[in-house]
Amino acid sequence: MGELLLIFVSAMLVNNFTLVLFLGLCPFMGVSAKVGTALRMGAANIFVLAITSLVASFLNAFVLVRAPYLRLISFIVVIASLVQIVEMAIKKLSPALFRELGIFLPLITTNCAILGLAIFQTNRGYGALEGFFFALGAGAGLTLALVLMASLRERIELADVPAVARNMGLVLILAGSLSLAFMGFAGLFSS
Amino acid sequence: MSPRTTTPSQDLLRGVWRENPVLVQLLGLCPALAVTNTVANALAMGLATFFVLLGSSLLVSSLKRLIPGEVRISAYILIIATFVTIADMVLAAVVPEIHKALGAFIALIVVNCMILGRQEAFASKRPVHRAALDAIGTGAGFMLALLLMGGIREVLGNGSFLGVPLFGDAFEPWIIMILPPGGFFTLGLLLLGLAGWEERKKVPVRPRSWPHGVTVQVRSGAVAEPVEADHG
Repeated sequence: MGELLLIFVSAMLVNNFTLVLFLGLCPFMGVSAKVGTALRMGAANIFVLAITSLVASFLNAFVLVRAPYLRLISFIVVIASLVQIVEMAIKKLSPALFRELGIFLPLITTNCAILGLAIFQTNRGYGALEGFFFALGAGAGLTLALVLMASLRERIELADVPAVARNMGLVLILAGSLSLAFMGFAGLFSS
Repeated sequence: MSPRTTTPSQDLLRGVWRENPVLVQLLGLCPALAVTNTVANALAMGLATFFVLLGSSLLVSSLKRLIPGEVRISAYILIIATFVTIADMVLAAVVPEIHKALGAFIALIVVNCMILGRQEAFASKRPVHRAALDAIGTGAGFMLALLLMGGIREVLGNGSFLGVPLFGDAFEPWIIMILPPGGFFTLGLLLLGLAGWEERKKVPVRPRSWPHGVTVQVRSGAVAEPVEADHG
């Protein structure tokens, strides 16, 4: 149990997917203007990451043992189709949730955090349970980064920023500062 | 809707600077930030992406009549993933150290939105030679941005260029530049610099660039503003 918790916290804070590993930057830049949207995007991400992790464990254990060179192709195809199926299922089963997540589900398919998770999980040799906690931690970290960024940007909206800085440049500098703060977690598990 | 007509040289040069994927369109940011801590990594990543983009553009453009519209995105991703697998294996065999340093980011070229974007927006609609020109231009623009970032970060963060020390012992490297925050700061400052440059060389807007039905009145000493045409 302790080891699983360690995987969770490490993926969430120490190796934060967005701010330390640079995965999933497109949604981080694109949908971090409002806190509400950021939360929904984070929720959709956690959901897809958890499913991806289970599927990647399954593929690694049963399918790719004989053909490791097909790993990348099979991961991306399975993830893309899975997200489609999940989207259809949610639309049918829970229209309210579908409205909440809306366009974010299909967008997530081409989010590098999802494929990144599957590949990291494989490279580190995580089993199904470890991989699942890794996915939950990564998702929580993504959500944390998104919400922090959205709060900062909502605040910046009211600030008197020079016209030149009213573009992505400022957002990236903010992201750099957040990333700097997350570097502080690096020593968390040294002892 | 027929695509806008462009000349071959426009196809080639557009992606290099004016529509640079990283610095202007902000596509493919993950690799641009993650693997530019040294020039060698940036170069390897740029070359790998260039190869994947060129290969997929050529193949997508040649197969455009055979790929059904409904499943085109999946087909493009399959083609891209195939070329990425090739690039991954070649890098692992030729430059194992760099392959190790880039890690998962080689595989993640598959989800580089710049590549899929070029297939969907350009290669799937144009002849093969135009698609090749476009891929070369966009790939070169991506490589340019990566080398710029890698150069700045390695020189400041490590005091070297391609591993060759530039300064004497007196230089204290800015370690932060080769750490993750340095990537964000470098790109952020580059974008701010570019925005400032654009601001300074701003010229009066040409009337032609406004949509149909809108005319532009240029008053002396004022910024050009669109004015609704009088339809009466």
